[in-house]
Amino acid sequence: MKRIPLHQIWYFVFVLSGAVFVFIARSTFNEYILSIINFVGIYIILAVSLNITNGFTGLFSLGHPGFMAIGGYMTSVLTFPVAKKAMFLELPGWLSHLALPFLPALLIGGVCASLTAFVIGVPVLRLRGHYLAVATLGFLIIVQVLITNWESVTRGPLGMNGLPALTHLWWVYAWVVITLYVSWKIKFSSYGRSMLAIREDPLAAQCVGTRLFRTRVVSLALGAFFAGIAGGLWAHLVTAITPASFSLVLAFHIVVMVVVGGSGSISGAFVAAVLFSTITELFRPLEESLDAYGIGEILMALILILILIYRPTGIFGTREPGFLTAKST
Amino acid sequence: MSGGYIAQQIVNGLILGSMYALVAIGFSMIYGIIRLINFAHGEIIMIGAFLTLGLLQKLQLPFPVAAPLVLIAGAVVGIIIEKGAFRPMRGAPQVTGFIASLGVSIMLQNLGILLLTAQPRNFTFPDYLQSVVQIGLVSFRTIDGVIMASALVLMGGLLFLVHKTRLGMAMRATAENIDVARLMGININRTIMATFAIGSALAAIAGLMWGGKFGQIDPLLGFVPGLKSFVAAVIGGVGSIPGAILGGYILGLSEVLFVGLLPPIYSAFRDAFVFSTLILILLVLPNGILGKKMEDRA
Repeated sequence: MKRIPLHQIWYFVFVLSGAVFVFIARSTFNEYILSIINFVGIYIILAVSLNITNGFTGLFSLGHPGFMAIGGYMTSVLTFPVAKKAMFLELPGWLSHLALPFLPALLIGGVCASLTAFVIGVPVLRLRGHYLAVATLGFLIIVQVLITNWESVTRGPLGMNGLPALTHLWWVYAWVVITLYVSWKIKFSSYGRSMLAIREDPLAAQCVGTRLFRTRVVSLALGAFFAGIAGGLWAHLVTAITPASFSLVLAFHIVVMVVVGGSGSISGAFVAAVLFSTITELFRPLEESLDAYGIGEILMALILILILIYRPTGIFGTREPGFLTAKST
Repeated sequence: MSGGYIAQQIVNGLILGSMYALVAIGFSMIYGIIRLINFAHGEIIMIGAFLTLGLLQKLQLPFPVAAPLVLIAGAVVGIIIEKGAFRPMRGAPQVTGFIASLGVSIMLQNLGILLLTAQPRNFTFPDYLQSVVQIGLVSFRTIDGVIMASALVLMGGLLFLVHKTRLGMAMRATAENIDVARLMGININRTIMATFAIGSALAAIAGLMWGGKFGQIDPLLGFVPGLKSFVAAVIGGVGSIPGAILGGYILGLSEVLFVGLLPPIYSAFRDAFVFSTLILILLVLPNGILGKKMEDRA
């Protein structure tokens, strides 16, 4: 009989205990705590997916919230009930009679974000390092301005509210598992290895036959897909979507998670996302009661700077904890 | 559209351009010397604006006394940021410094919110600076004249400093090649600190001008102008001081003309316009107008 490798048993244990946790959480916790858990899950999706772009391939992108916004708005327009569409939005004919279930709407949102990544990636990915970061920041601001001003579809700065509250913990959990699974599979495939090679040394990677540009574009688009999904989940959790939600501050939060966790480490992104989003959520009531807004952000920035000074590789570096990886024989 | 209207818009563009240019100089100098895109640079604008407000309205100092104090305070803030955040990471990959500067920027914004509340405050200059001057077809307030003139004086002084003094020579040498400069006996730490001090002082003065021009300030005001000044520095060619000045004026003029000459529905898109220009310039003309060819950009 073939023995199941130990690390695969661990995967099974994690997925199962996650599911048990979701089951217990849904029957015991109140709405408020559940929404926090949902946010933590969405942050995990965001951090792990940015890790594909930023961690594996080393493309420093600040545009993640931009992709999230595209996915979120697309999903929202698709799920918005037909009766309300007539009242609030001025959509082209075929779209105004369409209301899709959640899953296809989410997928279409993700695909749209991904396509956008292709379109902007082809010119912009010729840039390197922090020039790429600045260009993606420009992309984020352009997306924000366009959404704010395209009032017939997005209702401008007001945003769309009264979205159906479709997101619940099972949705988020399922997407967290999918995101983790996909990025894990990529990291330990030959494709993921070429991504890591590009991050370490583009020239050497090219010399051994890696398709530099194509791999870069694919990793941006892949990250964008999950960002789009996260945007859709977010919108249907808050039941509202405004352009202001997808700001540079959000980009900063996600980047902090990836950097602190260790660029390239999936476990790192996961742990850092859980830690930071829990801290932020815990600080929110504290800030409100003390009337001292900004403490959470200051703390986060401080942790980031200290990590960059004293442990620039992040908590995990590029690696995963040993018990989760296959033993090389 | 009359000639007077266009002339007026051009003057407005020059005022805005003066502020962009002053901030862009700092971006460009800091990038030139340690290859760091310092996102926290925009926050110095905010600090300068609030300092001016405090000095003029809380302490009731006269304007000619307050302005040099703002300049000095800006330099001090720049030195603190350099010592606290960037010096410990010198030698790390470029992106590390960039992320750290984003962190410093978020931290300063939120310190501003924490200490000063997010509420916008009115910013008024004494009456003699507010009086309106009419020259030919265009009219502007005295403060606008002061903004444009003092920007020119400061830029002139800076160019003199960089090209005619020992410190300036050290700065140029360090920007050229930091290791060789160190071997030549240049005190690298002091030179880099001086660069931060000068750049930040200019940004703080730009903050004073920003408050005077728009009349309202809040703790988040520095971010967008900071970004736009970075765009200005890229247009002119990052690392080049004349380039930053040129880029600042080009950006200020084209932004004002974009809003002033096109139908009003487009004016909401001004930021999209600015950042599309940025992406375009990075792709087509990565070294900017006056920049030298540099490695590792495209």
